[in-house]
Amino acid sequence: MSELSGLYALWLREVIVFSRERSRVVAALVQPLTWLVIFGTGLGSAVVLTGIETGVGSAVGGNAGITYQMFIFPGIMCMTVLYGCLFFGLYIIMDKRVDFLKEVLVAPLNRTTIFFGKVLGGATDSIIEVVILLALGAAFFGIHLTPATLALTLLLIFILMIAVVSLGLTIGSLMDSPEGFGLIGSFVIFPLFFLSGALFPVNNLPSWLYAFVRVNPVSYTVDGLRTLILGIGSFGLAVDFGVTAAFALVMVVIGTQAFARMKL
Amino acid sequence: MQAIHAIETPVIETQGLTKKFDKFVAVNKLNLSINEGEIFGLLGPNGAGKTTTLSMLATLLPPSGGSARVNGFDVSREASRVRKSIGFVFQDPSSDDLLTGRENLYLHSLMYGVDMRAAQKKIDAALELVDLTERQNERVKKYSGGMRRRLELARGLLHEPRILFLDEPTLGLDPQTREHLWKYIKRLSTEKKVTIIITTHYMEEADALCDRVAIIDRGKVVALDSPANLKKGLGGDVVYLSFRKPNKPNLAAVKKLRCVRNVKREGDRVTLSCDYAASQLQNILKAIGKVESVESRSPTLNDVFLHFTGKEIRDDDGDAEGGYHERMMHSGNR
Ligand SMILES: Nc1ncnc2c1ncn2[C@@H]1O[C@H](COP(=O)(O)OP(=O)(O)OP(=O)(O)O)[C@@H](O)[C@H]1O
Ligand SMILES: [Mg+2]
Repeated sequence: MSELSGLYALWLREVIVFSRERSRVVAALVQPLTWLVIFGTGLGSAVVLTGIETGVGSAVGGNAGITYQMFIFPGIMCMTVLYGCLFFGLYIIMDKRVDFLKEVLVAPLNRTTIFFGKVLGGATDSIIEVVILLALGAAFFGIHLTPATLALTLLLIFILMIAVVSLGLTIGSLMDSPEGFGLIGSFVIFPLFFLSGALFPVNNLPSWLYAFVRVNPVSYTVDGLRTLILGIGSFGLAVDFGVTAAFALVMVVIGTQAFARMKL
Repeated sequence: MQAIHAIETPVIETQGLTKKFDKFVAVNKLNLSINEGEIFGLLGPNGAGKTTTLSMLATLLPPSGGSARVNGFDVSREASRVRKSIGFVFQDPSSDDLLTGRENLYLHSLMYGVDMRAAQKKIDAALELVDLTERQNERVKKYSGGMRRRLELARGLLHEPRILFLDEPTLGLDPQTREHLWKYIKRLSTEKKVTIIITTHYMEEADALCDRVAIIDRGKVVALDSPANLKKGLGGDVVYLSFRKPNKPNLAAVKKLRCVRNVKREGDRVTLSCDYAASQLQNILKAIGKVESVESRSPTLNDVFLHFTGKEIRDDDGDAEGGYHERMMHSGNR
């Protein structure tokens, strides 16, 4: 019972802080919007996407009505999650520097509960950002969702959030300096994002690059979101959900272990 | 063995408790036994190992050797049960400064599973105690250092733990609040039988509050008794004598007096211990020669501290600021 209220307390803390720091939301949205508007428009005018099968079997850039901006929208959603959720782990390092983390660790709660409280808190922050991004997408970038696809979209991206917050907390619990975290964080995000097919179709890639894409779990989230939002995808929705969930599971297991061993 | 001691089972018991940081021994084979409802003081110079000891007892640091039981539970093997039994007020700031004072307390009571119907009342009472009712809805970021301290104290008491660790709880508090808290701490121990382990650099605080104190230096206990006994142990009153050149103290003569012990000379100052100094002063003065000034008083815990650690506590002798800065730097370096 106290584990449950403890979980609620940790989650509530993140939500209160997030709701107070509105600038954080704005900051979190600047990057994806820049990508969509500048990169999406700039590159979109130059590329014709080939090899993407739409529901009706025609190429994008032709009659399917999918612009490059729309094409990268799911990938940009994932980017928002990658940055927002991974860097959530940075707060752990800040907390370590004062005795605030001790106050939480000395409470009669399992480290696992503390871990999940943080994960849920981070994912909640992130889901708010994603919902805003989707609303902007619907208003300005031609994104259409039905209630059913919206629900599945949020579910899938929520699973990714759990994976990435866990990854961030793992790194945060192992490190002592914010600078070090920044370095490792960027180092981790870079391949996860660029090798995910967020910016390009994966069907006609050279085989070495395709291999990288296939082993990157984020590729499957991008693919699943693209299927749900645009109706185009390569791996199949079941596989997309399965791989994303497996990624989350592995990261949660690793994260709880790292958290349990965390030294002050 | 066990059966004999069953009547007064200690609430906290350590055996050979040791903490090493790499090769540095911060706590060295500590044996302590603290009874229920006792207010137990841990005194010692900066870096003596007080915080490290408390952290091990609170399961925040794993011991490198030895064992400790808190409320009957082993700190290594039954950590979560230990944590259920204790409250901790940390030496360094530990409140969440993005939240308001009240939110800090509310989240704390959630984490400790305080019954929610009772919680709001308890929070009100705790805020009242530390005089923060009016500022409760402001963010902690805007609090002064002393106000933060008071909030952290309120938080440590909120879930009514059986055992309370207070690591320099009154550092930076104004005299009113400090007296207020002393009273409250006393009440907790007498009325609710809460066992309290407190570290402090204020000797008058240890004297006023503690049933027993342990003086530790470099990770080892160098003295352990009630403040009264410790003071008695120094041997009577302390006499300070000062000289002006060319007069010299006749130390040999004064050492011959039966009542005199512990004669120490530092420059033109002589300190000695003497039973019933008031009635012996005439003899001392006769023996020692012409003095500039003389002062005699009963020993304080400060004298005891000085005696055992060879250093006077900086906070207490007019150089408060230097001591404080040094301590802040020390904690910042960790
Ligand atoms: N994490 C750590 N790593 C290395 N050394 C440490 C660590 N924590 C404490 N120490 C060292 O252990 C010794 C004891 O430190 P501790 O904090 O227990 O002292 P203290 O008695 O609480 O002192 P103070 O009165 O200054 O608070 C110090 O020499 C300190 O430098
Ligand atoms: Mg300390």
